[in-house]
Amino acid sequence: MQILVNGDSVEVASGLSLLALLERIGKPSAHVAVEYNGDILERDGFAAVTLRENDRLEIVHFVGGG
Amino acid sequence: MKAPVDLVIAGQIFTSRLFVGTGKFASPEVMAKAVEASGTELVTVALRRVDVHAPDDRTLSALDFSRYRLLPNTSGARDADEAVRIAKLSRAACKTNWVKLEVTPDPNYLLPDPVETLRAAEQLVKLGFVVLPYINADPVVAKRLAEVGCATVMPLAAPIGSNRGLQTRDQLRIIIEQATVPVVVDAGLGMPSHAAEALELGADAVLVNTAIAIAHDPVRMALAFKAAVQAAELARQAGAGDQSAYARASSPLTGFLGVEA
Repeated sequence: MQILVNGDSVEVASGLSLLALLERIGKPSAHVAVEYNGDILERDGFAAVTLRENDRLEIVHFVGGG
Repeated sequence: MKAPVDLVIAGQIFTSRLFVGTGKFASPEVMAKAVEASGTELVTVALRRVDVHAPDDRTLSALDFSRYRLLPNTSGARDADEAVRIAKLSRAACKTNWVKLEVTPDPNYLLPDPVETLRAAEQLVKLGFVVLPYINADPVVAKRLAEVGCATVMPLAAPIGSNRGLQTRDQLRIIIEQATVPVVVDAGLGMPSHAAEALELGADAVLVNTAIAIAHDPVRMALAFKAAVQAAELARQAGAGDQSAYARASSPLTGFLGVEA
């Protein structure tokens, strides 16, 4: 199924959890925030989210800045 | 001697009056060493999308987050709604409710939008954030932001990254004179003397990024800024003498050679 991650269309297996997606892209936990269909998730909620067709995700993290 | 006065922001005491940004360093290791050398207790960071195809951004990998107060900024926000969204995501990402509020729709000078900044500040304060807004050196805007509950104001010395020093000196002086919250001079400080001058004017702290990050030796430049900030702090405690329009001789005006009595 297709989901939208940071504006890009991505093909993932149906039934994939958000946590599994984060592990797949190499960003499992610390200092990542996720906006799921417009709602900001708490980190301990990642495991409970099962992705669905056409979900929209924004996955952000900290980088150097002033 | 005037007693040392602690800098307190939202209940947290800072012994260093130098805050440091983490952008633009040549490597994560140099950044971490420069931050350590600066003696700072507060570092700024930025929130960005993870690159799904290359997720391993290492810019902060060498930084021990537990040693510093983390201050996420809202850089990239063009209006209040974007700033609030970024602040909420930052809070979810690092469990801090502190935020450096930046709303900079103008790409050439990155000057802050005062109307959107005030709108965002009002919302963020209501949401429980500790808000440190980046502003132009406008005393009226500074006052309004303090009135809506901001923890500090952060007026600019010169445009971000310009290294041009205290171009806004006279306005900064008024902001400091009227301040009811700590004043952190941010942006444009290019040399340690600029930081010292800001503190001599009466600013409570300075925030420096570019001047340290793009120096040939960022660790040494961080030490230089630390020394300048400490020098200004010592001078404040020492208490400076008055200025005079005329000369006031330092040597005795009597007993010159060759003068008839």
